[in-house]
Amino acid sequence: MSVTLNLSVNGKAVIETCPANTTLVDLLRERLSLTGTHVGCDTSQCGACTIHLNGRAVKSCTVLAAQCEGAEVTTIEGLGSADNLHPMQEAFRECHGLQCGFCTPGMIMSAVDLVNREETIDELTIREGLEGNICRCTGYHNIVLAVEHAAQKMRN
Amino acid sequence: MVETSIGQPVKRREDLRFITGQGQYTDDINLRGQTYAYFVRSPYAHADVGHVDTSEAEKAPGVVAVLTGKQVKEEGIGGLPCGWMIHSKDGSEMKQPFHPLMAADKVNYAGEPIALVVAESFAEAKNAAELVIVDFHERDAVVDLASAQSANSIYEEVPGNTCYEWELGEKEATEQALAGAAHVTRYTLTNNRLIPNAMEPRAAIADYNPGTQDLTLYTTSQNPHLARLILTAFVQLAPEHKLRIIAPDVGGGFGSKIFVYSEETALAWASMKLGIPIKWTAERSESFLADAHGRDHLTEASLGIDEDGNFVALQVKTTANMGAYLSTFASSVPTYLYGTLLAGQYKTPNIYVEVDSVFTNTAPVDAYRGAGRPEATYVVERIVELAARELGMDPTELRRKNMIREFPYQTPVALEYDIGDYEASLDKALQLSDYDGFSARRQSSEANGKLRGIGFSCYIEACGLAPSQVAGALGAGVGLWESGEVRVNPTGSVTVLTGTHSHGQGHETTFAQLVASRLGISVDDVEVVHGDTSKLDFGLGTYGSRSLSVGGSALAKASDKIVAKGKRIAAHMLDSDVESIDFEDGSFTVRESNQTRTFQEVAFAAYVPHDYPHDELEPGLSEKAFYDPANFTFPAGTHICEVEIDPETGVVEIARFTAVDDFGNIINPMIVEGQVHGGIAQGIGQAMLEGCVYDHTGQLQTGSYMDYCMPRADDLPFFSVDVTCTPCTHNPVGAKGCGEAGAIGSPPAVINAITDAVGVRDISMPATPEKVWRAIQESSHV
Repeated sequence: MSVTLNLSVNGKAVIETCPANTTLVDLLRERLSLTGTHVGCDTSQCGACTIHLNGRAVKSCTVLAAQCEGAEVTTIEGLGSADNLHPMQEAFRECHGLQCGFCTPGMIMSAVDLVNREETIDELTIREGLEGNICRCTGYHNIVLAVEHAAQKMRN
Repeated sequence: MVETSIGQPVKRREDLRFITGQGQYTDDINLRGQTYAYFVRSPYAHADVGHVDTSEAEKAPGVVAVLTGKQVKEEGIGGLPCGWMIHSKDGSEMKQPFHPLMAADKVNYAGEPIALVVAESFAEAKNAAELVIVDFHERDAVVDLASAQSANSIYEEVPGNTCYEWELGEKEATEQALAGAAHVTRYTLTNNRLIPNAMEPRAAIADYNPGTQDLTLYTTSQNPHLARLILTAFVQLAPEHKLRIIAPDVGGGFGSKIFVYSEETALAWASMKLGIPIKWTAERSESFLADAHGRDHLTEASLGIDEDGNFVALQVKTTANMGAYLSTFASSVPTYLYGTLLAGQYKTPNIYVEVDSVFTNTAPVDAYRGAGRPEATYVVERIVELAARELGMDPTELRRKNMIREFPYQTPVALEYDIGDYEASLDKALQLSDYDGFSARRQSSEANGKLRGIGFSCYIEACGLAPSQVAGALGAGVGLWESGEVRVNPTGSVTVLTGTHSHGQGHETTFAQLVASRLGISVDDVEVVHGDTSKLDFGLGTYGSRSLSVGGSALAKASDKIVAKGKRIAAHMLDSDVESIDFEDGSFTVRESNQTRTFQEVAFAAYVPHDYPHDELEPGLSEKAFYDPANFTFPAGTHICEVEIDPETGVVEIARFTAVDDFGNIINPMIVEGQVHGGIAQGIGQAMLEGCVYDHTGQLQTGSYMDYCMPRADDLPFFSVDVTCTPCTHNPVGAKGCGEAGAIGSPPAVINAITDAVGVRDISMPATPEKVWRAIQESSHV
């Protein structure tokens, strides 16, 4: 069975017909070639596939594309561009908050939502807020610093 | 004048593509006409494979082909080799059971590939794989490492499942010294089995072009040339010049992507057979089952100490798990990367180590961040800590008393340390961690009903593997040098090519800094290329913290050749002689004159040689170098862990973690700190969270992120990191390597701290809250 969907991805209107069991991450990666969103596990644990669905961070491996009718989806490609970085992207580079880069898009998307959502941003809220995103490279030290750094900029 | 960027925290140039989602990992690549593969895997750890019925799967929608291990066997493809020959004590060669691309007659671990379904979509391949019917006859699985040598033999040709029985050091002298020692500390330990878990699962696209007969393999490799060599020379898949391996952006490796695995090799074979491009991307469950695991030792150790507190002998007996087959470098890990490190930072005069490596019906075990050296460090730094407690000595003073202070130092276990200052790192770490304030902090914790402990680890590692001649004599199947090429473009910008591979280490930045500083040009004018066998000279890749010390040294040599040729060109341009030309800050100058040519002017002259010494020099400005190290490098340092424990729950909080490392010269301190952070996180993961568990039938119990406890942001503290520096004496960069230190130094520091807090001799890794709570119940604290 196929479904036809109308949704907005990174501000652009998208009409796609896909099998009903297509996950959002497959729609993004395989049909729309938005490969910045990654798949790092098969149990919804690692968070590499995190995107924004109607402004909130979700794991796109665990959302059916069919659930996204009329939705607004933002991926790492739509968060900022090379010449107009989002403060969170800039902070990850400034603070060396990434190494291999594989978890980074999901980490950044989660962190942006965390800063938007939480009233207080400190070490504890960042560490607990990013609990659903696994990084194997950085030990999280510089990720936490990056999020603190970006939060200040986002709030100014 | 361009200021040198050496020692500066230059922001990484690779980051822009990663933070904007423009990285190109293997699974991000799609080829025209691409098909998808899914592997049928064994559900049993040990079973005979009877008939494999693929007829239903072949009829399923979208299926292009179903290929089996039996077909691989009929065509005589493989098996996969182990690249390091180890000899047993009796001189016999290690046992190397045939390692097939896919199992034909018998499966030897749960998850072993048996067949490969190729279909037009991933979903169709996966669905059809369910329809492959395999006739299994289950056998008893050999899983328990301690009893594996007395269990039934997995392979007829490997009695007692013993791969080899290796030794190093002087047995009799060590036994005699132990017998005469005033005090002997004994310690029996398990070094827990780990699953590497790079965040990008393994993936590959094999693309065979029947018209050109070229095979291109895009894959998640730390060492594409080595993969090409193995696929050509051992698997005999395709001639080396018709095989191109591209390792694009790779999402972490930690050793697990060094190896040539069954899946990628079978995929390449299938693409050649079918004449179409095929993609395979591992699901995380497959990574747990079939990536090479790490560690997994059982060890008994004895440390003899004289009446003055001097170490007189160390005797170690280890059983190491190889899993079901010998992975690419598996045999070297518990031998030459382990036994040789048992001297640690200490002048113990007598050391003897025996290692029995054994096969079990579990996934293959090979190098994982640190590879042998974390296991050695754990033995040494735990037993030294225990000895200090038994003798009632301050653990730092016992270490200090026994530290090596004169260099070069020949250990009793084959290595010659070139340089180091272990006390400098210890002192700096003690200061940074405020050791003097520890007892006050402990009192404060106790006042709050908490337990507080401190633990030390003074580690050493051997990196930058190391003269090819020596490695060859010890059994290595490959050379251990590195290549580098510096291509100066006509406008004076530079393209650098390296045989190492970057998968998070930031070589594109560090190597640019290195070459730019030697050529006196801007870092922004240097591009670094890696990871494509068609673009580069043969190289050995990245592992063992070798990239800067070996690969960087090749680039330093190539850069120096550029300067040497540039001087000759400049001498011609300035109507001088080459001996009179100085090169400094990017300019060639006639000594004691103001006559000068910039690097860019010389480059241009080399490519537009209208006025050029054609009788002496070829046009162009491009040089390559191959660098074979004279010795290993020896990074060393001190890690100090301070923990606070809630005795009611057994939950351990790391209150402070301090690392002071001597990596020799550092090009980019920001990147080095990041490497240390990541290594410590993996070491803390090993010490407190991670542990691979198989049940007695060989079923993996920790096969997902819901069962295998990865360190997450809220499990870890900020780390306090600093360095000392004794430059490596034998490479032109003076660098020692920093990638593995964190994972090597930290586990014993953590366990020393937890056992100090609880007041027990030992808690096995991972020291989970349950284990810690039980230990507290059994100790005198409650």
